[in-house]
Amino acid sequence: MIFSFEFRVLSCELRTRNSEPRRSTWRLFSIRSLVAVVFVLSTLHAPRSTLAVSLAPPEQFEAFDMPGDGGGSIGLSWQAAPFDGPTVRYQVYMADQAQGPFTRLAEFPADTHYKSDVDRPWWSWDRSRTHHFYQVKSTPDRRLESGRSYFFKVAVTDGMQTSEGSMQSAVPTPNLFNLAKVNNFLLMLLFSALVLFTIAQAKRHPAIFLRRIPGLDAVEEAIGRATEMGRPILYLTGSDDMSSLSTIAATVILGQVAKKTAAYDTQLQVPHRDPIVMAICQEIVKESYLEAGRPDAYRDDSNFFITNDQFSYTAAVNGIMLREKPAANFFMGFYYAEALLLAETGAGTGAIQIAGTDADLQLPFFITTCDYTLIGEELYAASAYLSREPILVGTLRGQDLGKAFLLLSMVIGTVLATIGGLVGTQAFVPLLQLFRDFK
Amino acid sequence: MAASVLIGAWVAAGLTLCMFSFLYKDNPFFRFGEHLYVGISMGYTIVRIYYDVMVKSLYTPVIQEGNMWLLVAAFLGLLVLTRFIPKVSWLSRISFAVIVGFGSGVAIPRIISSNILQQVQGTLKPILGNAGQSLFGMAQFNALLILIGVVTVLIYFFFSIEHKGPIQVAARIGIYFLMINFGAGFGYTVMARMSLLIGRFDDLILFGSRDYGYASVVLLGMIAFGLFMWERRSSVSPGPDQDPRNADSNARNEYPPQ
Repeated sequence: MIFSFEFRVLSCELRTRNSEPRRSTWRLFSIRSLVAVVFVLSTLHAPRSTLAVSLAPPEQFEAFDMPGDGGGSIGLSWQAAPFDGPTVRYQVYMADQAQGPFTRLAEFPADTHYKSDVDRPWWSWDRSRTHHFYQVKSTPDRRLESGRSYFFKVAVTDGMQTSEGSMQSAVPTPNLFNLAKVNNFLLMLLFSALVLFTIAQAKRHPAIFLRRIPGLDAVEEAIGRATEMGRPILYLTGSDDMSSLSTIAATVILGQVAKKTAAYDTQLQVPHRDPIVMAICQEIVKESYLEAGRPDAYRDDSNFFITNDQFSYTAAVNGIMLREKPAANFFMGFYYAEALLLAETGAGTGAIQIAGTDADLQLPFFITTCDYTLIGEELYAASAYLSREPILVGTLRGQDLGKAFLLLSMVIGTVLATIGGLVGTQAFVPLLQLFRDFK
Repeated sequence: MAASVLIGAWVAAGLTLCMFSFLYKDNPFFRFGEHLYVGISMGYTIVRIYYDVMVKSLYTPVIQEGNMWLLVAAFLGLLVLTRFIPKVSWLSRISFAVIVGFGSGVAIPRIISSNILQQVQGTLKPILGNAGQSLFGMAQFNALLILIGVVTVLIYFFFSIEHKGPIQVAARIGIYFLMINFGAGFGYTVMARMSLLIGRFDDLILFGSRDYGYASVVLLGMIAFGLFMWERRSSVSPGPDQDPRNADSNARNEYPPQ
């Protein structure tokens, strides 16, 4: 429109300048032709922003329940158009009913929001750049209820004209499986198979080498010392519940310690913060006394509950340390801020202290206040080390093989990532995505 | 000032000083604070569990919303109580098996996610820069450092191979990485603890002002006098508070510290 108008004005000006009709007609024709050619050429090379582009409605528009989530989320996708650019914008509309009213959820430039922008792995998501994608999530202001239909439209606009696509509906539903986490599942299967294989190996060849762990060598010494001094042994299982792996490891080690206390006839005291852990520890200690052939020495109150509260539990255990004066303190499991308060008080009483935790923030305090500290995975290895049972030793061997696999994966993966960065290729991305954590 | 605020200040200052008296040694003031703390926390926990678990998570959903499947969890909870009846106490093991199984089931994918995949993901970085970056800048140096740290620490945690030769060297480097991490963690946590201590002192100073009736000062004097009297009485006649084993309590064991 604008260009046509300018062209007409230009021709009028040319006409008025000429006095000779015939010559001027020919000249006028040639000038007009020239201007017309220039106009056509300038139209062809003009920036898109100055042009009126005919916008087509979004094609292949789909609304679908987002895969692998807990419901409350809808995905919208549509084909990328040739006119997509920074000045063209897409508008996403949503309604509770097919008749509307539709409310605008989002508006964004047409050269953004591609399916390839979504952080999902190649095995569960089409990461092509041929389709746009927008995810509608449940928010406090706009709740998407699972099992209910919602209606969506996408419009494209350049500011002057707007073209609206077809309407699509989708129902958000919770999914049982999250395919994005398949690598997590496969790793679990791989490690499980590895551990089962090494357990079978350990049963056939029980003499598997285990490196020395000084903290565990001291367990026997600590129990012997308590026996000689006629004082109890204090064993703490940490502050977490039974869903924590370190608590599970602590209860397994308690079984081994209890066997030795049963054999030496030494008093064992296990104060608890969690009643479930306490009940399980009672079972474990009872079983250990039975296995040691000393069921008569078992006391049900060796495991006792204090309180759930972190610091009142700490104060109570500190009181026990000061009054009962145990000869050996074991701090196994996961600890929080109470770690130093417990270990420092124990050190003050002169007890031999052995700690084992995977709480990295508390490890420095145990290292400085305890005689021996099991660092991180040494806690998990402790039960195998103490018992030398083929199943546990085989498990430890399997864990080592798993670590070797991860170690190699990291080294090879770093080399591939470096080559990929230097060469500028995406060829290794699918392989590297196998070791990424997707939500 | 409201009477409740004043009473609260005196109680807070008094209990704080009771707990701080442990710095001197175990004494009746500390024991009073300790037992009160344990008792109150236990009472509070029981009330909280009653309302948060029994009422909100069981009674209301079952009776008002009809979520009958929650009764399965309630039944498993009741089985734990069979421990008090020796003849059927074995039933409690069903609940424990469910708890341990469920706990492991929840923990394993989470551990793989956070301890394995996220760790590997954070390590897999290019150690040489591509176009637009320097070939070996700070980012690449950090990536290399992380790779060396992760690999050597992992080698330290190999239990079924002997730490000899290159494995021993790598494990030793791994231990250095661990100790640097522990040192940083130690400093960080100590600073956090110092801020907690400052918070308590801040309160004690505030409660020691005239507005609060010099609560901190008066109570500090009372506790100091009480400790003096307690020591005096203890030195005259050994009472139940004095442990006959105190004689060798300060004897440190013969095991060298780590």
